[in-house]
Amino acid sequence: MEGLTLSDAEQKYYSDLFSYCDIESTKKVASNGRVVELFRAAQLPNEVVLQIMELCGATRLGYFGRSQFYIALKLVAVAQSGLPLRVESINTVKDLPLPRFGASKNEQESRHTTSYSSDTENQGSYSGVIPPPPGRVQVKKGSVSHDAVQPRTSTDQQESTSPVVSPQQSPPTSPHTWRKHNRHPSGGNNERSLAGPGPFWSPFSEAQTGSSAGDAVWSGHSPPPPQENWVSFADTPPTSTLLAMHPASVQDQTTVRTVASATTANEIRRQSSSYDDPWKITDEQRQYYVNQFKTIQPDLNGFIPGSAAKEFFTKSKLPILELSHIWELSDFDKDGALTLDEFCAAFHLVVARKNGYDLPEKLPESLMPKLIDLEDSADVGDQSGEVGYSGSPAEAPPSKSPSMPSLNQTWPELNQSSEQWETFSERSSSSQTLTQFDSNIAPADPDTAIVHPVPIRMTPSKIHMQEMELKRTGSDHTNPTSPLLVKPSDLSEENKINSSVKFVSGNTVADGYSSSDSFTSDPEQIGNAVTRQRSHSGTSPDNTAPPPPPPRPHPSHSRSSSLDMNRTFPVTTGQQQAGVVAHPPAVPPRPQPSQVPGPHVHRPVDAEGLITHTSTSPQQIPEQPNFADFSQFEVFAASNVNEEPDDEAEKHPEVLQVEKSSDPSGSLRVAKTDGRIEEKTAASAPANVGKSTTPLAPPPKPIRRRLKSEDELRPEVDEHSQKTGVLAAVLSSQPSIPRSVGKDKKAIQASIRRNKETNTVLARLNSELQQQLKDVLEERISLEVQLEQLRPFSHL
Amino acid sequence: MAVCIAVIAKENYPLYIRSIPAEQELKFHYTVHTSLDVVDEKVSAMGKALVDQRELYLGLLYPTEDYKVYGYVTNSKVKFVMVVDSSNTALRDNEIRSMFRKLHNSYTDVMCNPFYNPGDRIHSRAFDNMVTSMMVQVC
Repeated sequence: MEGLTLSDAEQKYYSDLFSYCDIESTKKVASNGRVVELFRAAQLPNEVVLQIMELCGATRLGYFGRSQFYIALKLVAVAQSGLPLRVESINTVKDLPLPRFGASKNEQESRHTTSYSSDTENQGSYSGVIPPPPGRVQVKKGSVSHDAVQPRTSTDQQESTSPVVSPQQSPPTSPHTWRKHNRHPSGGNNERSLAGPGPFWSPFSEAQTGSSAGDAVWSGHSPPPPQENWVSFADTPPTSTLLAMHPASVQDQTTVRTVASATTANEIRRQSSSYDDPWKITDEQRQYYVNQFKTIQPDLNGFIPGSAAKEFFTKSKLPILELSHIWELSDFDKDGALTLDEFCAAFHLVVARKNGYDLPEKLPESLMPKLIDLEDSADVGDQSGEVGYSGSPAEAPPSKSPSMPSLNQTWPELNQSSEQWETFSERSSSSQTLTQFDSNIAPADPDTAIVHPVPIRMTPSKIHMQEMELKRTGSDHTNPTSPLLVKPSDLSEENKINSSVKFVSGNTVADGYSSSDSFTSDPEQIGNAVTRQRSHSGTSPDNTAPPPPPPRPHPSHSRSSSLDMNRTFPVTTGQQQAGVVAHPPAVPPRPQPSQVPGPHVHRPVDAEGLITHTSTSPQQIPEQPNFADFSQFEVFAASNVNEEPDDEAEKHPEVLQVEKSSDPSGSLRVAKTDGRIEEKTAASAPANVGKSTTPLAPPPKPIRRRLKSEDELRPEVDEHSQKTGVLAAVLSSQPSIPRSVGKDKKAIQASIRRNKETNTVLARLNSELQQQLKDVLEERISLEVQLEQLRPFSHL
Repeated sequence: MAVCIAVIAKENYPLYIRSIPAEQELKFHYTVHTSLDVVDEKVSAMGKALVDQRELYLGLLYPTEDYKVYGYVTNSKVKFVMVVDSSNTALRDNEIRSMFRKLHNSYTDVMCNPFYNPGDRIHSRAFDNMVTSMMVQVC
């Protein structure tokens, strides 16, 4: 069928009707039911209605696309004016009154009309951006509408020669044309990529470039190129008008067309000039983009995969190179998928490009997608602040986007960092992974990067993941301290491992992370953690001479859960000397928690397994005599820690812990509050078990002897039974003295709670170990029995 | 300063090649072409069994009087070849590695673009910018 030329009023009216019939709100198809109703309301004889439907191609398509609908409406008007129904009559008949439908429809139509008029006005204000491109939906049908278009195009072309000729394009022939044109889209869509949008966008006077343009126009419509639809809508209120113009563009056959085109061209120009910020997305545009996004991906928080996006934007008929550039600009996190924000940005860029705007080199600010959800845009700002804080020590690398660096550095997820490290190591040597992080900023300073294992740069996907994770962790305050604290401690451990030099730097890094975590977790705790770590390094030297061994207030939860403890009990938190320093020597004997429970379970469970000690610390208090047993603890701690003779302060609490938990296996873990100690504790856990058997190893052994005592203890893995007792002792010996000294009651209570947890953990460990012991003893007995049985034989 | 950077596809045709002094472009093209043999030699030397552990960075492929050629192979057999001016106070190996890493990251970003068909020449502006930055910064 030839292109449909509609006047503005007609266009509006038809759009209204289409919306009315578009009960599915798909903007693609007018439901047949409604349409039939409408036609019946037109008070036309049924056969006329059928003919109309056949003419417009709906019967062929099986549904009413927008073009079909408009044609049908026009035919209705034709029929109502008493003219013979012919395809060519659509365009040839001028000054056709609007099709009249039943009264019931009028109100809706009028309503639609009013809304539409406002829409069209709004459309005028857009520069080429049309929120609801009616035709678009239909275009989405792709080949189908394209088919519809093609016949029209062909008819238009023929029409160009003379309207009279158009009858040749009557329905009987249209199928052929359709078929012929069917082949076109496949080949022509891409080729006409520019041609299509061109006529649309350029002043409409140019729109009449010819049949090819018309085809392009149609093909542009077929795929739902948002821009094109928008363009067409912005330029000409009715898509159909545009289409009509283009197919007929070859010849200015009707003054209506030219007038319409001129009008639309003027409109377009006006619209373009009215843009203050060409990159700003208006609300209607945004709504339109969102709707389009929904058609591809119903979940607004989900992604559009690259392939789907490619298809979608290819329909816009932009050259692949430009689409590729648009993609580069809009895929912010470089993950090959588009979020809603990215999609809107890309869409907007395509529309702008179709309108003739050149693509920017960098993504404009207004299009920059929020790295975090829109709601969390505030978080981005906060994170930036956080980043600033944490970034400074961490050599904020210049990331791709302004907000990226902040996100990069705010990663509290050290675990992820470690993952990334591993990932990078795949690419290059592990030592390089660190550099890789810094590659963006200081490639010439690899040493720093290596030493400073800060995951400065992250792969975009990871960044995105981390962003999501960050958001999640931010919202999740349930475990703010433990996981986050663990991470800083992990980081510091890794630092030690990796660089073995920059403990402080590691701490700072951890601090950075901690601080960055602050917005996601308890700032206090983080601060405490940071303080703790800092204090560690600072206090370590101070703790050389442990005053009355402040029984490590808490078993070495050290990094994990003991954030609170750290805060409230600096001694324990530090696990290192920090805690010791804070603890005043004299600690009122605290009623020891039921020594059985081990220290924080998670801590001991962790590979580091250091913290457990902290829980025992409060329990150390009650048993003053434990003080005397520092040596034992020391031994114990030494065995657990295996090193760090420097941490005398630690040792003291450790000693206490050792004493207490010399037997309990759990105490091993508990004992090592300090990070370093924790590490050692983990290693020495088995040793501790042994030690537990020998609770009273040489008492006041200097820390240096820890190793030795540890060795001694190790082979002495025997009476596990004593474990519990020792553990209890250890726990009891762990004084909460330091805590009580200057802490609030609340803090003390918190520490008590922690200690109790630790106790439970220790108790569990204890019971497990005892169970193991029993099993082993049974085995031994059975083996002995077997030996006895066999021996007689040997004798014989 | 890298004077020439090339990205070679698996089938040993160039996806991207750019050199700084325009007049010596042909010479660098030839250099890159000859370096491909060295790359293959190094890759095959590692043995098929080691493909998984094969390090991506190949290191110095061969030095000439004026410049040195470094190589880097990805797991998909896409090769990055970098020609560096020898007159430069020798760039540290780590810096070369970091440059290759940046190249690899940018290449990955190009790959992520759904509009890029693997095997096409790389026209990405972001990639160009990154390469430009590498060619002028490492002085």
